Amino acid sequence: MTDNLSDQQLEQRETEFQQRIDAEEKIEPKDWMPEKYRQNLIRQMSQHAHSEVIGMQPEGNWITRAPTLHRKAILLAKVQDEGGHGLYLYSAAETLGISREELIASLHSGSAKYASIFNYPTLSWADIGAIGWLVDGAAICNQVSLQRTSYGPYSRGMVRICKEESFHQRQGYHIMMTLARGSAEQKEMAQDALNRFWWPSLMMFGPHDADSVHSAQSMKWKIKRQSNDELRQKFVDQSVKQAEVIELELPDPDLKWNEERGHYDFGEIDWEEFKRSMTGGGPCSRQRLAHNIQAHDDGAWVREAMRAYESKKREAKDQAVA
Amino acid sequence: MSTDNPVSQYAVRLADDALILGHRLSEWCSRGPFLEEDLALSNVALDYIGRARMFYGYAAELSGDDRSEDDFAFLRDCRDFGNLLIHELPRGDFAFTMARQYLVDVHSVAFMTDLQSSTDATLAAIAGKAVKESNYHLRRSRDWMLRLGGGTEESHRRLQHAVDELWGFTPEMFEMDELEKSLAGQGVAVDVSRLQPAWDTEVRATLAAANMSIPEEDWQVSGGRQGKHTEWLGHLLSDLQFMQRAYPGLEW
Repeated sequence: MTDNLSDQQLEQRETEFQQRIDAEEKIEPKDWMPEKYRQNLIRQMSQHAHSEVIGMQPEGNWITRAPTLHRKAILLAKVQDEGGHGLYLYSAAETLGISREELIASLHSGSAKYASIFNYPTLSWADIGAIGWLVDGAAICNQVSLQRTSYGPYSRGMVRICKEESFHQRQGYHIMMTLARGSAEQKEMAQDALNRFWWPSLMMFGPHDADSVHSAQSMKWKIKRQSNDELRQKFVDQSVKQAEVIELELPDPDLKWNEERGHYDFGEIDWEEFKRSMTGGGPCSRQRLAHNIQAHDDGAWVREAMRAYESKKREAKDQAVA
Repeated sequence: MSTDNPVSQYAVRLADDALILGHRLSEWCSRGPFLEEDLALSNVALDYIGRARMFYGYAAELSGDDRSEDDFAFLRDCRDFGNLLIHELPRGDFAFTMARQYLVDVHSVAFMTDLQSSTDATLAAIAGKAVKESNYHLRRSRDWMLRLGGGTEESHRRLQHAVDELWGFTPEMFEMDELEKSLAGQGVAVDVSRLQPAWDTEVRATLAAANMSIPEEDWQVSGGRQGKHTEWLGHLLSDLQFMQRAYPGLEW
């Protein structure tokens, strides 16, 4: 449709679009939108959906080994929720005129990304606590902000997702608290998990604002409502207090309260590691993608059987009518 | 670790059935053929884990010492597990998982329906919850039997293979030993031997509708209730029990 517009008309539409955004109106699937807005949303929403789905792996890694039946039931329900979030987000992305098959194909080809945090291994039970507390905690900071995103279906999806994520974070924190108050080896397990997951959690907010390729435009379109650095700071501030309560130490010697700023200062992120992990060089990058591709390939005959069965049923019905 | 109370022993068997099958289903998490089905399998797994917790919880209560549901699940070895063998078989491909689920679901619906009339009020109450779940599981697994049986040549072949491999494990679902005979006599346990004819009729009808041939019944394996398991169970337990074995006696 955009193709038929003259340059002048297009400019007019874009101006009106920006006015709607500035007036905090939500954009809905059938509304006119600039092609780049659509592309930017597809990129962000699919990245978000893929993160939920790939994130099932590191946590799923402990379902069969959870230490008690109660923890097992909670973890299974939690991982199931994450898959459910993936489902809402794929559906919300589909309202932008792209199919789930296309989205999955981009994940498998490596052109679509997912949160680099899931490229780290879960080596002990405490990692399940650390993921719930820190990774879901970081995700919530981001998602609470995205409840006000300008695209209607994305915003409504976030409202639902946030409700479940806060339960996830509590369960993760509770695991950490139980370990921190347990035996010496349990406390060590918890501290070790925190040491390994802290920096990757900070990386979840993405590059510094100045280095973020998509940030400025996303903020203008109100796809993003708060910058990477603002959200990261919020997360650090809340985590310091939470770590103090359970007497675990955040692994950052530069972490200290800055009276003037009213925030905690913290050390510099290893951006080389971030880049490595984003571009397939994380400890489990290849494994995560291979696992997802394998499951998809193994399921091909099932999906095919389902389609064949449905079409045979339709034919039989049509014949009966004829 | 066993318990002397017969009702407790019976509850442990039923808990073992639920835990072991729940474990197998939970292995599908992140490996389903598509996302909706991945979630559905986890959901069924969760029902079974919940069922196991209720039965173990009751067994623990009856045993009269300070054992918990987790002691039963994590601190017994193969020979003390009393689950039916069909539950412990590796998950196999999707056809195997769904065929097993279907064969078990038809049994579970009938079993839990009967157990609802148990003279033991707690078992009856647990069955009341379980029967609702199993009815839903059966709707799903029966649909999959029809889809896979009537889908493609490959799905048909895989499903037939699964049914053939499972068939000899099904007679065990209808065996009664001394414990169960005695408890059934008191109206506590289900007399599973009486469930077989209806199971047989229903399963054969579904297999026919799914264009499956009925396997020749020339083999059968049993022994689960007496702790005589397949080799698969030990590996399952080493996974399931890892944390409690490596770090004994701690709170988690």
